[in-house]
Amino acid sequence: MTGKIQEWSKAAVLEVQEYVRLLAQVGRAAVTPPIYYRDIIEQFESIGIGSLTVVLLAGLFTGMVLALNSGMTLDRFGAKSMVGQLISASMVKELGPVLSGLMVSGRVGSGIAAELGSMLVTDQIAALRALGTDPIRKLVMPRVAAGVLMMPLLSILATGIGMVGGWIVTVLQFHVASTVYWTSVVQGLYMQDIWMGIIKPIFLGLTIVTIGCHVGLRTTGGTQGVGNSTKLAVVASSVAVIAVDFMVTKVMIVLMY
Amino acid sequence: MVKEARTRPALLDEALAFGGPIIVFDQVDLAFDEKVILRQVSFTLQTGHTKIFLGASGAGKSTILRLALGLLKPDGGRIFVNGEQIDGMNEDQLMAVRADLGMVFQEGALFDSLTVRENVGYKLFEELQWPIDKANGRVEEVLGFVGLQQFIDRMPSELSGGQRRRVAIARAMAAKPRILLYDEPTTGLDPITCLTVDEEIVKLRDLEGVSSVLVTHQLRDAFFVAEHAATRRNGDVTFEKADREKGDQAEFIMLKDGRIHFEGNASELRRAAAVDPYMQSFLS
Repeated sequence: MTGKIQEWSKAAVLEVQEYVRLLAQVGRAAVTPPIYYRDIIEQFESIGIGSLTVVLLAGLFTGMVLALNSGMTLDRFGAKSMVGQLISASMVKELGPVLSGLMVSGRVGSGIAAELGSMLVTDQIAALRALGTDPIRKLVMPRVAAGVLMMPLLSILATGIGMVGGWIVTVLQFHVASTVYWTSVVQGLYMQDIWMGIIKPIFLGLTIVTIGCHVGLRTTGGTQGVGNSTKLAVVASSVAVIAVDFMVTKVMIVLMY
Repeated sequence: MVKEARTRPALLDEALAFGGPIIVFDQVDLAFDEKVILRQVSFTLQTGHTKIFLGASGAGKSTILRLALGLLKPDGGRIFVNGEQIDGMNEDQLMAVRADLGMVFQEGALFDSLTVRENVGYKLFEELQWPIDKANGRVEEVLGFVGLQQFIDRMPSELSGGQRRRVAIARAMAAKPRILLYDEPTTGLDPITCLTVDEEIVKLRDLEGVSSVLVTHQLRDAFFVAEHAATRRNGDVTFEKADREKGDQAEFIMLKDGRIHFEGNASELRRAAAVDPYMQSFLS
C-alpha cells in the first residue's frame, strides 16, 4: 500500500514538473524567434472560429434557462423587472467564462490531445525535431497563443448571446418590456465585473490548451494511448477550468472589490 | 532571409572528407530505468561509407539512430556528429547539428495534414526559408530521384506503404544532408518495393555521396545495400555488384543485449556466422 502511494506521488510530482517545464518552454518560445505566425493564424481559426457555434449555443440556452428560473422566482415577489440584473451579473462574471471554458475544453482540449498524441505515436513529432523544428514552437506555442487570445472573445460572445437569450424569454414569457430588461442589464453591471469577465477567460484558455498539449505530448501506448490521452485531457481540463475559475475569482475579489 | 545548409570550417571539412570520421560513438551507455539498452557501444562511421545495424527486436538498433540525431541523450560516453560533440548539447544547439542530418523513420512519419510537396519541402519552406520557386524546384528534383514526381499534390493517406517510404526518403534528402539515417525503411513492404527502396539508398550513397546508417532486420536488404554500387551512365542509373574496395565501405554491426556482438564487412559476417550460433540463427 505504502509502495503504491509512493509510486502515485512520484508520478504526480513528475506530471507537475513536466507541466511547469512546458509552461516555461512556451513562455520562452513566445518571446524568442522563430515564431510560426502562419500556424498561430491557423490556430486562431481552429480554436476561435471552430468553437464559435458550440459556445454561442451554450451561451444562448444558458441565458434562456437562467431567465426562466429566475423570472419565476422573482415574479412571486413582483420583481420580474430585475431579471436583467441577475442575468448580466451571473453571465458576465461567472457563467459566460466558465461555460465557454467547459465547451472549449470539450472541443479544443480533446482535439489538441488527440492530434499531438497521434503525431507522437506515429513519430511525426520526432520527424519534426529531425527536420530542425522545435515542436514546442511549432505546435504548442501557436495553440497557447490562440487559446489565450480567443477565449476572452468567445466568452464575451457567449455572455452577449446569453443576455439576448434572457431577453427573449423575459419579453415573451414574462411580458417585461425590452427597455426595462436592457436597463436592468446595464444596472446590474459594474466595471469590476466586466474586468473579471475579460481576465478570467485568459487564464481558462491558457489552462485548457496547455493541459491538452501536455497530455498529448506525454502519450504512450499507440492508438489506445491516444484515446486515453483524449479522455484525460477533457477530464483534467474541465476540472481545471472550475478550479482556476475559483482561484482567479478569489484573487480578483481581493484585488478589485 | 534565405538560409543555406550548414557550412563547416575548411579544416573540419578537410578532416571529414571521404573516409573521415563523420559519426563517432565512444563507449556509449543508455538505460531506461532498470532496462539497459546500450552498453559501451563504440563505432565510427566514415564519410561516404555505410554502417548497417542488425539485431533482434529491442536490441537497441533504432536507439542508436535517435542518439545520433540527439533525440535521446546517452547516460554515458561521447557522441560526435560532423566533428561536434552532441551528447551535452541543448535542443537549440542540436537543431543546428540536425541541419546536416536526415532521417527516414520506420513508418515514414509523414505529416498527414500536409501534401507530398509540403512534406518533402518542409525543411526548405519552414526552416531554411528558401524562395518558393527554388524550393519547389528542389522538391520536384528529389521526387523525380525517387520516381514519385506524379504524386506531388497527393496526401500521404493516398499513397501506398512503399510510396510513403520513398516520400520519406525524398523528405530526408531534400535539404542535401551529408548524413542519412534509415530506421528499418523496408519493414512491412513487399520484396519488389523493398528493392526499390534499397536502390534509393544505394543511389544516394554512391551518386550523392551521402554517408548512411541503416538499421534493419531484413538481411536481403542489408546485403543488397552492402554489395551493390550505383553508377550513372548517359543519364541512366545502373546497379552492379560492388568491387571489393566498394564492398568494404559498408560495414555490418550486430547488436546483442545492448553490446556490439560483431563488426565487419559482408564476407566477414558470413564467415563469422558459420561458427557463431547466435549469428547463425539470425542469418539462417
